[in-house]
Amino acid sequence: MKPRIGFFDFTGCEGCQLTVLNLEESFLELLELVEIVEFREVMSSEEGDLDIAFVEGSIATPEEASRLQAIRARTTTLVALGACADTAGVNALTYLHDPQQLRRDLYGDDPARLQGGHPLPLSAHVTVDWRVPGCPIDGREFLCVLQALLVGRPPELPSFSLCVECKLAELPCTFEEGRICLGPVTRAGCNALCIAAGDRCRGCRGVIDNPRQTPYDRILEEHGLDAEEILGQFRLFNLPGKEARHED
Amino acid sequence: MRIEVRHLARVEGHAHLVIDAEKGELAECRLEIVESPRFFEGILKGRHYRDVAPIVARICGVCSNSHTLVSLAATENALGIAVSDQTRSLRRLLAYGEILQSHILQIYFMAVPDYLGVASIFPLVRSERELVTRALRLKKLANDICLAVGGRPVHPVTPCVGGFSALPLPQALQELRRRLVEALPDLEATVELFAAFPIPEFVRETEYISLGAEDGYPLLGGTLVSSDGLCTPATEYRTVIKEYPVPHSTAHFARASRDAYMVGPLARVRNAHHRLSPMARTVAGALGLSATTANPYFNLVARLVEVVHCLEEGIHLIDHVLQDGLRPETAPSRNGPGRGAAAIEAPRGTLFHAYRYDASGCIESADCVIPTAQNLGNIESDLRALVPTLLHLSQEEVTKRLEMLVRAYDPCISCSTHLLEVRFDGGRGRM
Repeated sequence: MKPRIGFFDFTGCEGCQLTVLNLEESFLELLELVEIVEFREVMSSEEGDLDIAFVEGSIATPEEASRLQAIRARTTTLVALGACADTAGVNALTYLHDPQQLRRDLYGDDPARLQGGHPLPLSAHVTVDWRVPGCPIDGREFLCVLQALLVGRPPELPSFSLCVECKLAELPCTFEEGRICLGPVTRAGCNALCIAAGDRCRGCRGVIDNPRQTPYDRILEEHGLDAEEILGQFRLFNLPGKEARHED
Repeated sequence: MRIEVRHLARVEGHAHLVIDAEKGELAECRLEIVESPRFFEGILKGRHYRDVAPIVARICGVCSNSHTLVSLAATENALGIAVSDQTRSLRRLLAYGEILQSHILQIYFMAVPDYLGVASIFPLVRSERELVTRALRLKKLANDICLAVGGRPVHPVTPCVGGFSALPLPQALQELRRRLVEALPDLEATVELFAAFPIPEFVRETEYISLGAEDGYPLLGGTLVSSDGLCTPATEYRTVIKEYPVPHSTAHFARASRDAYMVGPLARVRNAHHRLSPMARTVAGALGLSATTANPYFNLVARLVEVVHCLEEGIHLIDHVLQDGLRPETAPSRNGPGRGAAAIEAPRGTLFHAYRYDASGCIESADCVIPTAQNLGNIESDLRALVPTLLHLSQEEVTKRLEMLVRAYDPCISCSTHLLEVRFDGGRGRM
């Protein structure tokens, strides 16, 4: 029997599920290998046990937390799909604000609307087995992770920083252009796509496993920047401190 | 008796549809948007203008390019930055790529299963192989336009304040042009497929709002117009569009001249039928869509007509870009303060962003008005009018017709904040 796979989404933009659909021909081939039993964005849903659940989005409400726990209870493997599920993604920016104030600005003083805290990554609520990082995910990396899971091998993500891929692509250093780049501490795997396109790294793939702080401090010092400024930059896709760390 | 259809599938995001029918009468009908809000306007505060577009792109995976483009235009208006003809042409091409991608996804992945009586496109992979591969070919072409121009199909990287941080290669544009022409038989097959679909009958006229047609079919624009006679600079959208909170939704609803209005493909075709490309006008005629069509289910047909329009116009636009040649440009650097607004026709309708920047070029306040949020009130009004006409049908058929109506609007609930639930209270075998 083919492995049963489901796709789920919580608080996010659904761009990662769309990136899976965007695999086009590869997606058709994928359908030969697995049975997609749930994918709410494009199919009416079905319930039952799953072999792999790919979950997109952050968890922002108690209802979302219990729906996630129910998915966890009926799946063998749970994979965080994309930055919002993995590191809170762009929802991490709410940490710079008081959640009550954000709600008050939007809805006024209706007490029913002032409930709820900051959105959190999946790992704050359930055990996450594996993850596909990035905002959005990289389609090929998603296929690599799925392939590994299907043949019963642990998926591997690059453990080195984006600077390695950037240098291999012979791109000029973004710092040299007077712009802050999060490449030195961000997990590689995107082939420095944003830098190649003339932008800078905003850290959407999360921090590498063991970032070496000293060299990065030196880079910052050389360019007249301090830790506060970098933290402000990091908050674009990553939660601060302990909350950024995963149980796995 | 109570029937629940939880998690309305095949819409982006989630919405609950609640219909209480007691003793065969419609008691209550409302769209509940229950996704947790994402506070984009709040989290933008204090962010530098160069980071604003990359943040707002994340409002929606399906229309990240539209959010990016309207955001850049609003920032440029606020800071007094002019862009070149080259930038305007490439942005237009990127917008065509996204409308094609979003419309093809909706037409084939969300609507076709309704009309072929299956739960998703997946069962068709075996039974209708040619249909599925055609859908994927068209979708890939649309995504490749976004890839070539924007650097990535979802959440673009090259569009920046003042222009583009990297330009597409002329060879890539030539290749896209070749494939756009090659795609015409796929479009013909799509039109044939849809010509055979029985679009449900239902007529309810409403106010139709879109950007004006002064520079061609509405896309990025100047004026905001409505079928009720409104005509105002798009940057002053707040003077005509009133958003209001409703108790059952985390998204705000909107009104203009009447209680509710429609934005999106059908509203655009009604307001600018005369500016459709020649091929698109022919297809509209063949499928029974005109400037007076008042059946909201025809949003689906209007979407297909816009696919034809964007493809035909895309070919001419690439010719124009290649003829002029692409030159690298330097984006100017500016500081604030300043305030500005802009509007774009996103795949699902008119999208507005407005920002106020402080002296250091950081956001003081931001305002985003999303197409689906504008359509919610109109969808509810449609449902109210539609349900009493369906009472002779089985509950299963009623549910299907209502879901198809909601899907005709292609509601993107991620944007406007999330599961459609159809509940029948107090009904028997039939409503």
